[in-house]
Amino acid sequence: MDPISQIGAFTLSRLYRMGVMGLFLFKSFLYGFIPPVKVGRVIKQIHFIGLQSTLVIFLTGSFSGMVLGFQGYYSLSRFGSEAFLGPMVGLSLIKELGPVISALMVTGRAGSAIAAEIGIMRITEQIDALELMGLNSFRYLVVPNLIAAIISMPLLTAIFDVCGIAGGYLIGGKLLGVGAGTYFGEMASYVEMSDVMEGIYKSLSFGIIIAWVCCYKGYYTTIFTGFGAEGVSKATTQAVVLSSVLILVWDYFMTSALF
Amino acid sequence: MKKFSIEMTVGLFMVAGIICLGYLSIRLGKLEVMGGNSYEITAVFSNSGGIKTGSSVVIAGVDVGTVKEVTLSDYQARLVLSLPMDLKVQEDAIASVKTKGLIGEKYVEITPGGSEDIIKPGGRLRETQPAIDLEQLISGFVFGKI
Repeated sequence: MDPISQIGAFTLSRLYRMGVMGLFLFKSFLYGFIPPVKVGRVIKQIHFIGLQSTLVIFLTGSFSGMVLGFQGYYSLSRFGSEAFLGPMVGLSLIKELGPVISALMVTGRAGSAIAAEIGIMRITEQIDALELMGLNSFRYLVVPNLIAAIISMPLLTAIFDVCGIAGGYLIGGKLLGVGAGTYFGEMASYVEMSDVMEGIYKSLSFGIIIAWVCCYKGYYTTIFTGFGAEGVSKATTQAVVLSSVLILVWDYFMTSALF
Repeated sequence: MKKFSIEMTVGLFMVAGIICLGYLSIRLGKLEVMGGNSYEITAVFSNSGGIKTGSSVVIAGVDVGTVKEVTLSDYQARLVLSLPMDLKVQEDAIASVKTKGLIGEKYVEITPGGSEDIIKPGGRLRETQPAIDLEQLISGFVFGKI
């Protein structure tokens, strides 16, 4: 094949996959809005995506806040404005770090597992068995994950923010002596409702990205990533990489749109 | 002892998350859940000094309310101030736009008056004092106008 045709074939196959991915999201939302929704499966997935990530979120949140406390104090004390440590920690956590780091954590912890689970169901023909029994595989596998991620992500982000603010207080307020009144008072006067809403919008969209990419990669294991155990491993890797990259890219676009 | 059921643990997770969300939006975001126990008065300034919605309204150094709306009417800044119901503002009270520190944020200070008449909800504060333009003040000083 000549190089020109190769470029053409490559472009067409990429476009085809992007189309399949877009249709996948469209179909997931379509089945999500048409009842019946499998409530039991949704609760199970909230348990898996949300509750079981709380410990990770708690740890990463507290330590991010503590680091911000140290670093923020270091830079702010050079300008003699340590009093603004509270707003600095609060704003950077609520607007940026909270949604992004918790989304990356959930991708690594729950997203990879979702992709692997659905991928193994695909290679062992369990999805075909579901279809054969007359169960809609989207309704059973994809929609519960999507709803659970949309519900869990803002809550996890809120937990992350609160843990981070407490961690920042522990370091900045207690250890370095900024003081509770200054820390929390200045934070409350500089953080607006629109900042909190920005964080919530971001975490909602990250929830959609995680569920979408990870379910998609698992669902099309044999078709796009090869057969057998190797196909599952490839699908899992690609799911984590693609959703992490998409989260950061989408975060840039949301920040510039809401700036 | 029976192991916790999935419903129970998921419920606990949801409650914890919603409490954190509530803390962020009510304590830090100043979201007003209980409307109704506040009233609004308007004040017209010749120069608002760049005051924004959500800036605080202060009496004697104490935060009492917020600026709810900033609009331009007849080339003057029209501010809607939201105050708690139990706070009475006299007819001859003076509203002025001030700055916290030299480069701090802007806020509205109300200096109470001595009149017996109280401004009703929706009423207008007549006496206002525009924001001080620091640059103008300095240039006036430099060029010897003061």
